[in-house]
Amino acid sequence: MKKHIYWELFQTFFKIGLFTFGGGYAMIPIIEDICAEKKQWITHEDMMNVTIVAESTPGPVAINCSTFVGYRQAGIAGAVAATLGVVLPSFLVIYAISMFLDHFLEITWVANAFRGIQIAVGLLILRAAIHMVKLMEKSPFSWTVFGCSFAAMAVIDLCALNFSSISMLLVAGVVGILFYLLGRHREGGRKV
Amino acid sequence: MIYLDLFLGFLRVGCFAFGGSYGAIPLIRDVVLSYGWLTEDSLTNMIAVSESTPGPIMVNLATYVGRSQAGLLGAALATFAVVLPSFVIILLVFAALKAMWAHPVTQAALGGLTPCIIGIVLATGLTMILSNLTGAAGAVGIRELALTAFLAAVLFGAKPILKKSVSPIALILLAAVLGVVVYGI
Repeated sequence: MKKHIYWELFQTFFKIGLFTFGGGYAMIPIIEDICAEKKQWITHEDMMNVTIVAESTPGPVAINCSTFVGYRQAGIAGAVAATLGVVLPSFLVIYAISMFLDHFLEITWVANAFRGIQIAVGLLILRAAIHMVKLMEKSPFSWTVFGCSFAAMAVIDLCALNFSSISMLLVAGVVGILFYLLGRHREGGRKV
Repeated sequence: MIYLDLFLGFLRVGCFAFGGSYGAIPLIRDVVLSYGWLTEDSLTNMIAVSESTPGPIMVNLATYVGRSQAGLLGAALATFAVVLPSFVIILLVFAALKAMWAHPVTQAALGGLTPCIIGIVLATGLTMILSNLTGAAGAVGIRELALTAFLAAVLFGAKPILKKSVSPIALILLAAVLGVVVYGI
């Protein structure tokens, strides 16, 4: 019986992973439909909760949701089964593609197609960024951090400097905390 | 040692991949270019392939880079490393740390991180667009400029006019066809 649920979790999430192109948010309604509606593994409220938390934790929201559903249903082992299930299809597909992509790219017309595709990729990233800006909290602090990060990253990229974006994120996190503490300090000062 | 490098490189990406699939692209670009695992061109090609195949971009890129550097074991390690932080953190948050995650200091750190990653993604997108404008001769190419303008018009013009946004796969397919035509002649 126990074994059965792990297999079912794995199988279910394998299917979800296999049929979701582009990843990320496209998976959420499908996970919700299958896990909350059909299988009744979790409630719709749980699903909403986990999506909100997942947005502020690292990693793709779809993977976070799968881990959570598996955990709710069958503990840590269930979480492993669901996560493995959702990741495995993309692993297998990319692994297969990577075996012949390089040879494929040696064909002239394929290489030409990819020159066009590269242009599309830059534009898609730009669109994603614009979408993120729209969703961003519109406070002076957010705009300042956003502007500084954008300027710093642009300079780093254009001058091909060696500075990791992860260090920049760490700095931004610390600045966020300092700004919060400063605000609290001021409030405290006024109260006293 | 390549296995350790792959593991640590992608573990770092996994730890800081805030802001969804696209948020991870600048981080992966960073790691991959600094180790010299991929060229800018092949990374961009792989982003396109990842957009057109199942699964989150971050996982797809980890698998691809891992395999290109160290075969099956490399692919498995890199994929495992990139997923591990999301797995551990979401479990920790729900099992034990829900209060800590909701704590104002944690939220304040996220309040700094989020606009930062958005700025980074925007800069990355614009840099990629600019570097794609350069043709074979090293100067701004006419064909690149025309393709960029046309694809941008399709991508950003579809929503206000057709009330429907263009899916990444649709744009990639269109770009592929245009690439074959424009560069084939």
